[in-house]
Amino acid sequence: SSQNIVPTPVKISLINMLSETGLQVIEATSFVSPKWVPQMADHTEVMQGINKLPGISYPVLTPNLKGFQTAVAAGAKEVSIFGAASELFTRKNINCSIEESLQRFDEVMAAARAASVPVRGYVSCVLGCPYEGKISPAKVAEVSKKMYSMGCYEISLGDTIGIGTPGSMKEMLAAVMKEVPVGALAVHCHDTYGQALANILVALQMGVSVVDASVAGLGGCPYAQGASGNVATEDLVYMLNGLGIHTGVDLQKLMDTGTFICNALNRRTNSKVSQASCRL
Amino acid sequence: QESQASGLPEYIKIVEVGPRDGLQNEKVIVPTDIKIELINRLSRTGLPAIEATSFVSSKWVPQMADHKEVMRGIERHPGVQYPVLTPNLQGFHSAIAAGATEVSVFGAASESFSKMNINCSIEESMEKFEEIAKSARNMNIPVRGYVSCALGCPYEGNITPAKVAEVSKRLYSMGCYEISLGDTIGVGTPGSMKRMLEAVMKEIPLSALAVHCHDTYGQALANILTAIQMGVTVVDSSVAGLGGCPYAKGATGNVATEDVIYMLNGLGINTGVNLYTVMEAGDFICTALNKKTNSKVAQASFNTGALN
Repeated sequence: SSQNIVPTPVKISLINMLSETGLQVIEATSFVSPKWVPQMADHTEVMQGINKLPGISYPVLTPNLKGFQTAVAAGAKEVSIFGAASELFTRKNINCSIEESLQRFDEVMAAARAASVPVRGYVSCVLGCPYEGKISPAKVAEVSKKMYSMGCYEISLGDTIGIGTPGSMKEMLAAVMKEVPVGALAVHCHDTYGQALANILVALQMGVSVVDASVAGLGGCPYAQGASGNVATEDLVYMLNGLGIHTGVDLQKLMDTGTFICNALNRRTNSKVSQASCRL
Repeated sequence: QESQASGLPEYIKIVEVGPRDGLQNEKVIVPTDIKIELINRLSRTGLPAIEATSFVSSKWVPQMADHKEVMRGIERHPGVQYPVLTPNLQGFHSAIAAGATEVSVFGAASESFSKMNINCSIEESMEKFEEIAKSARNMNIPVRGYVSCALGCPYEGNITPAKVAEVSKRLYSMGCYEISLGDTIGVGTPGSMKRMLEAVMKEIPLSALAVHCHDTYGQALANILTAIQMGVTVVDSSVAGLGGCPYAKGATGNVATEDVIYMLNGLGINTGVNLYTVMEAGDFICTALNKKTNSKVAQASFNTGALN
């Protein structure tokens, strides 16, 4: 969601550098129509241009069957589908109800099953919605359960507007964990209100062992101009290292990658670890 | 209630250090009337304690040279404490003469930091503080003790929890009613915070402990959460996250009060503080300093034009 459209070679270099850091999963691109998401129009070139290292997954977003087929043709071996716990958000984003969106994904799931392609499910707005405000944990649990039952191997619970706190995170996870095994859960926290690491800490304390993050904290919040979005991978890894939790990620290489993409985008990093360390 | 069920404290006391720790570490020297206005605005937010200024020699800390004028100029709201820093007996007497009714002393868990910062060993600094504590006791003036470098030192690197516990105990024994444990360079993580608190809690009652976390590596809220999960009930923070890190150029320092309150509100923990009025005070001082806020809550809230 960066302002400028990033050139394809820069994207490829970024992904290649990330592949050298020890990260095991790197979301490479999105097979959404370029009409909606012009920044990802080069999805096929990116998919075909990156070095795919063994042991690393390069999932891609697929909004529908057509996108799925294009993705697989371009070499994708794992895909992601995006649901939401808010009706209004779904309507505004993809112009249909939650139920209808999940039906669209049925086709993707069937094709993926036939092709032995794993599917990751995202649930947006799990701790609040820019349109609806509060979202009930029960609703998040319901949508997560549906997506898990459809065949998603993992459900990434997204605090889309970063509004959650350790309190709401705990409440939401408690509800979801009744329906989906904790081993199949991930958290995708936004740092718009500075709560991301505290929220992630609570999730870890409850047994979640998969965390989404973005190098240099790339990706602002489209719902609060100028505010930050994704939590920075560097800051997350710093915390996990301090907790003695193994990630396999080399923090220095990660910071170097962050420096690379920030220079290419001509912007400052959103990672505090990076900001603090540049003097070391 | 929600917080009780989760084993968290019902109430957290926020100690606002923006006007002192914050402004002292900002590049721009703020005029006296702006300082006074800031403190007055903070006094109306519900904050129970606002660190107003520092009676350190203006030779060392020019930003706080107007300590007497500030002390005399601010509104003193009932129920709000206005502690001031006092490095030695002379500063203490100056502070009392200017109307201070609570003081703070600054120790460190690192010898190198102590030498570089206040030009004496930890032991020598403790002797100075003993003098202050003695005078303060005679005058019924409460003394708060700070321990810097509790999770790491810019010169020594790693600091042992045992050393932090030792210095904390020294300060507590001499009469400090509260010990604020400072992650001075923000290097701590929930892991090191836990280990350090476990050691200190063996020597000092939980109710006498506070945490003063810096957000230089983005770890502050996670560290604060860990501390309150362990039962700490006093948290230092700075409006708008004022006060950069003097040891990492361009990096942030103090954690933003707004962001702390947002988290505590979400946890159902009472602070008595009105988040919106703190954001307004933050907006005021950032405008006066011509700088962007370091508070993510403020950034997000003022940009949507809506508040949650």
